[in-house]
Amino acid sequence: MRTDQTRMRVLLAALAALALTLGVAACGSSDDSTTSGSTESGEAGAIQSNPENGKVSLTIGSKNFPEQEILGEIYAQALTAAGYKVKSALNLGSETVALKAVKSGQISGYPEYASTALTSFFGLEPEEVPSDANEAWEKANEEFEKENLQAFEPTPFASANAVGTTKETAEKYGLKTVSDLEGVSEELSLYGSPECRQRIDCLAGLEKLYGLKFKSFTPVDIGLRYTVLEKGQADLSILFTTDPQLSAESDKFVILEDDKEVFPAGNVIFVTAKKVAEEAGPDYEKTILQVQEGLDLKVVQELDARVELEKETPKEAAKAYLESAGYVG
Amino acid sequence: MGNPLVLAAGEVGGDFFKERDVGDLCQAQTQHVFCFDWARENIDRFETPTVQHLQIVIPALLIGFVVAFALALLAHRIRWLQPPLLAATGILYTIPSIAFFFLLLPLTGLGRDTAIIVLSAYTLQIIFRNTMLGLNNVPDSVKDAARGMGLTSRQILWKVELPLAIPEIIAGLRVAVVSTIAIATLAVLISAGGLGTQMYGSNLTFPTSIIIAGAIVMLMALAFDSILLLVQRLTTPWRRAARA
Amino acid sequence: MIGHLPLASFTGAIEFIFSPQESNVTGGKKVGGFDKSMELLVKHLEVTVLALAIALLIALPLGLYLGHRGKGEQLAVGLGNAGRAIPELAVIALVAVLIGVGLPNVAPVLAILGIPPILNNAYVGVSQVDRVTVDAARGIGMSETAIIRKVELPIAIPTVMGGIRSAAIAILATATIAPLAGVESLGDFILNRNVYGENGLLAGAILVALLALTIEGSLALLQRRLTSDGLKVKTA
Repeated sequence: MRTDQTRMRVLLAALAALALTLGVAACGSSDDSTTSGSTESGEAGAIQSNPENGKVSLTIGSKNFPEQEILGEIYAQALTAAGYKVKSALNLGSETVALKAVKSGQISGYPEYASTALTSFFGLEPEEVPSDANEAWEKANEEFEKENLQAFEPTPFASANAVGTTKETAEKYGLKTVSDLEGVSEELSLYGSPECRQRIDCLAGLEKLYGLKFKSFTPVDIGLRYTVLEKGQADLSILFTTDPQLSAESDKFVILEDDKEVFPAGNVIFVTAKKVAEEAGPDYEKTILQVQEGLDLKVVQELDARVELEKETPKEAAKAYLESAGYVG
Repeated sequence: MGNPLVLAAGEVGGDFFKERDVGDLCQAQTQHVFCFDWARENIDRFETPTVQHLQIVIPALLIGFVVAFALALLAHRIRWLQPPLLAATGILYTIPSIAFFFLLLPLTGLGRDTAIIVLSAYTLQIIFRNTMLGLNNVPDSVKDAARGMGLTSRQILWKVELPLAIPEIIAGLRVAVVSTIAIATLAVLISAGGLGTQMYGSNLTFPTSIIIAGAIVMLMALAFDSILLLVQRLTTPWRRAARA
Repeated sequence: MIGHLPLASFTGAIEFIFSPQESNVTGGKKVGGFDKSMELLVKHLEVTVLALAIALLIALPLGLYLGHRGKGEQLAVGLGNAGRAIPELAVIALVAVLIGVGLPNVAPVLAILGIPPILNNAYVGVSQVDRVTVDAARGIGMSETAIIRKVELPIAIPTVMGGIRSAAIAILATATIAPLAGVESLGDFILNRNVYGENGLLAGAILVALLALTIEGSLALLQRRLTSDGLKVKTA
């Protein structure tokens, strides 16, 4: 039986809920402008804002995992500080999607790993990827130029795929290198990203170049790569050498040494269209190269730790880096 | 991997590196269920996604309602339209929204517009069917009485049939609203924003974020549902609340 | 705009379903094709049927019983409403990280999404059967379970089947994002654009849509067969 009292209660509840929703809606604001931190003083390393750049609109993209998003944010915020009009389109997908986006003009550029570019785009076998960062960059740049694209010089740090496992599993089977998996891998399950099956720097390479066969391969989202190890569902998982978990939880997880060099390490090179670089002027390349100088392995691991462990947003982590290194006031 | 680049102007200050004990950090444990401290400090992260969510849901519901209502009025007048319209809206309802999002990609592209179109299409059948039901359920005796009093067909429709059909119409609207708010979380897959962004990507393995976003979705659904219930109560004072 | 694939991509998608194509990721392996499409379709059906079976096992007897007794309306109807508000993405994500990936973990959780409509409609369908009819059956000495089986259920079939159809479609739709929790399904084509390409993306969407329509159609036919002729007064 509905009485007036119940009616009142329903009314109040509805109004409260409505107020809550509208209040949130009123407070919320569209949030795709990046922080601008133009500096004027000649502080060493600080990015100078050039009003000429205000005429140029750039869209910075990135691939779909945290380290990429952080890099994208760093470049986007740096370019904003240099006076450009910058939008970000992070989280595009994997490298093929990102490359398409650059070619079609949807984005101005994005950070790519030289090794990925050489193996995924240009069909090199992993052992053909130069281990020297500058050589790898030059080789990639040669190929990019054929498609009217350009890659800027590499970052100090490099990242690679790696076969990882729990400390217990490694001790149980005596695993130190990937080759140690011979004879053992048939009993072990491997978890990796869905495209791992096709990639020569992932499962395809493990099968072809190490000659390994696994008990099973299960495709899971990249974000779950440690969860499946922790939960005991995966014996082996594909990890990244820059993962913060490897140093923060080194008593839990280990990576196996890539003794046959199937997983080439890649420094990050910024890929962009030649036309975009020309129209954007010299500050485009200059700013990007300047701001990535501070990105050594330790710094990148710290950035990854902030985002993946502490759950900071890539934007916040990027801002902290830019301020701490003095690029941005 | 060797690299000769030298750190020049950008030496990162020591204060950049934080001391952290992962064991202490609630959100670093993948197996946590909910981190209250993190939630308290980062609740503002959910504002923009909530607004985006409303920016998808409200237009979708408005469009869906207007179109379905118009179709229902049409089919009320032209009876033989009812089965085909029911079937057509039924197809739009049955196709899972996620598939529909991607089917429209070649035509309307990524982004909010596609999400709004798909969600509107989804609501058509419920609203259409319930409106039809409401109108069909008006007793003939009432219509005869009205005709007897000299009302025209149009007046009967707007002053007699529709008011009596309100409970059914709103019942349909309530279902449509709740479903739409839940499904809109998938809009993240076509880059349309919304609360799904806090459940996907790097948030896919972050339970606290997923739970907060999910709770907001359900609260939003509850809010809209309650408002509609209120509207029904206010517009049909002559009836006790019909069973939902 | 990145999303504006040319309309010709629909033909590309159809081709993808039937013959293997070059993958976007070099590694030499081709992707797509009829075998793969059927493999994923079957996997999609597997998890859907499994979850639906679990949901039926739990919700159908419960709903019929509660409806028969006229008790627990708040539970049945409330759960029905609340169930509609649950975002499937949240459910899948939480399973993946907290419980585990893979079919044994995902299927029961998908069943949870199917329980509300089945429970709700079973309850409503049975409780709305005319009490006079039920009393008459009691009067001639039928047992309670016999009443449910032979009197109430046949009358309630349209409503009950409606709930089952809703559940089936809801589960099938969520199975599309099950790959996020390590369960392969047609969603693989959609979610892994880098492997299967734009053609795969559309192919996945087309296959899911067709599958949903087929299941819905089959269940509708089943409903028609099960509904006794006396009840077939109005269509749908």
